Amino acid sequence: MTNEQMTSSETESTDEHEHGREQQTAPTPGSGLTDDADGGGTRSETERTVLEARNLDVFYGDEQALRDVDIDIPENRVTAVIGPSGCGKSTFLRSINRMNDLVDTCRVDGKLAFDGKNVYDEDVDPVALRRKIGMVFQSPNPFPKSIRDNVAYGLEVQGIDDNVDEAVEQALKRAALWDEVKDQLDESGLELSGGQQQRLCIARAIATDPEVILMDEPASALDPVATSKIEDLIEDLAEEYTVVIVTHNMQQAARISDKTAVFLTGGELVEFGETNQIFENPDHDRVEDYITGKFG
Amino acid sequence: MATETGGDTGFGQVSRAKDVAFRYVTLAATLVGIVSLAILLAYVTVDAVGWLDWQFLTSPPHPDPFEAGYYPALVGSIALMVLIALVTFPLGVGAAIYLEEYASDNLLTRFIQLNIANLAGVPSVVYGLLGLGLFVGLLNLGFGTLLVAGFTVSLLVLPIVIISAQEAIRAVPDSQRQASYGMGATKWQTIRNVVLPRAMPGIMTGTILALGRAIGETAPLIMIGAPTTVFGVPNSLFSKISAMPMQIYTWAQYPSTEFQYGVVAASAVTLLAVLLTINSIAILIRNKYQQQQS
Repeated sequence: MTNEQMTSSETESTDEHEHGREQQTAPTPGSGLTDDADGGGTRSETERTVLEARNLDVFYGDEQALRDVDIDIPENRVTAVIGPSGCGKSTFLRSINRMNDLVDTCRVDGKLAFDGKNVYDEDVDPVALRRKIGMVFQSPNPFPKSIRDNVAYGLEVQGIDDNVDEAVEQALKRAALWDEVKDQLDESGLELSGGQQQRLCIARAIATDPEVILMDEPASALDPVATSKIEDLIEDLAEEYTVVIVTHNMQQAARISDKTAVFLTGGELVEFGETNQIFENPDHDRVEDYITGKFG
Repeated sequence: MATETGGDTGFGQVSRAKDVAFRYVTLAATLVGIVSLAILLAYVTVDAVGWLDWQFLTSPPHPDPFEAGYYPALVGSIALMVLIALVTFPLGVGAAIYLEEYASDNLLTRFIQLNIANLAGVPSVVYGLLGLGLFVGLLNLGFGTLLVAGFTVSLLVLPIVIISAQEAIRAVPDSQRQASYGMGATKWQTIRNVVLPRAMPGIMTGTILALGRAIGETAPLIMIGAPTTVFGVPNSLFSKISAMPMQIYTWAQYPSTEFQYGVVAASAVTLLAVLLTINSIAILIRNKYQQQQS
């Protein structure tokens, strides 16, 4: 089943990719890991980079959480970020949409570009940035509002009030939740099961049609059945969105992602490349040790 | 159960004597409060029988205990409550939002926080002095007027409102804020759409408790020169007012036993009834909010 899913996802991704935009960001020196990895891939030549980090350091007070991270995250792919606890993978995710700004002691050095624009430039409004990048959190956190209002929340805060019902329906359909909730849109989102709540949160994140969706261990609080639904959904989402997913679960990363970034202790990005290559033949012994369960 | 008490199970027995003793000690501690309140209520209610009637509630005070009424004090207290609620709710919630959502955790914030906690414990007579100096003396709003009384008691209960609103805001899970910020909501949108609706029941409860304290305050009213007896109801913010506890205090000093027992008891029962009514209304509002949440 795993293999079939992988294959179908890759086929779909490839189809989608042919309609994709031309590559805008040339690979930059210093992304040696990426270049190596791309060499193993089949689609590397025309892949457009959506998120690009160069020498990214993140500190919480005196603690360095990310160390000199270079990465190029391609468009319309699922990129998994794995690593042991405390390795900085969530920090990396939160530095993309500047959720780290909410932490008083957090400081960022280096560059993190979204569509070529460094999001840490002074003229970037983090609120506007977050409107282009959706986020799904570890445990489902729907608002104590109706299902409709939950999905429409992003539209509401962005002042979009045209065709809200249609957008809600579209988002719920894309989140594979519409059939289950179409008759109870006015009921509270909290009455749904955990897995449904998480799909509701995904619907909420995509209702405003962001370019990128960040997911911070979206299935870690869910049972296996709900997890499997979320995983299927993530693969579908990659047809339209660039998905970056942090996960503790290596099998999950192997199942659903096209690319994998491995962070190890100290906030270092040790290896980044095609998921198959990372899991089958990683360049670094430490990565292999981690993946085969020797530590972490 | 049978084998447990039999004692020959091979596991032995563990003494529960301290468990049982502690249980009754805590029960006794609970009962002291409840029983004494019940006795007090019973006494006052018995004393009030025959005195608490429609005439009492609708007449002005009178030297003859059988004709004396509570109407001006009752209306004065209610007007005072409304004014206090209008002043403390926006100020208290505003201060709580600033401290919890905007202020960064620095020395100044902690200093303010510490002072609010201290202010909540300052005796009411001191607030009376403040009201006298600030509102009567400096701002010249008049001795014993509704406005001065309302402002003074508002200052007194404001720290309680702030602290309870802060606790309610702090109790909103951070994951809710994150969800909102993650959707590209501004701080104001997050506070308005996510934080405040969720904190509102707690904020309401705190405000009600504060009003409950405010309705019984006498010392600040004495300090700002509220008259001991008022014969008419307030018709403007600058009317001199009396309030229920103030009137009780006045009547309790009268020499005649009819005043000391009957009239005072009727007044106390009325005060408690109004207090319970306010609390009930507030609890209803709070429950309605909570239902909307879930």
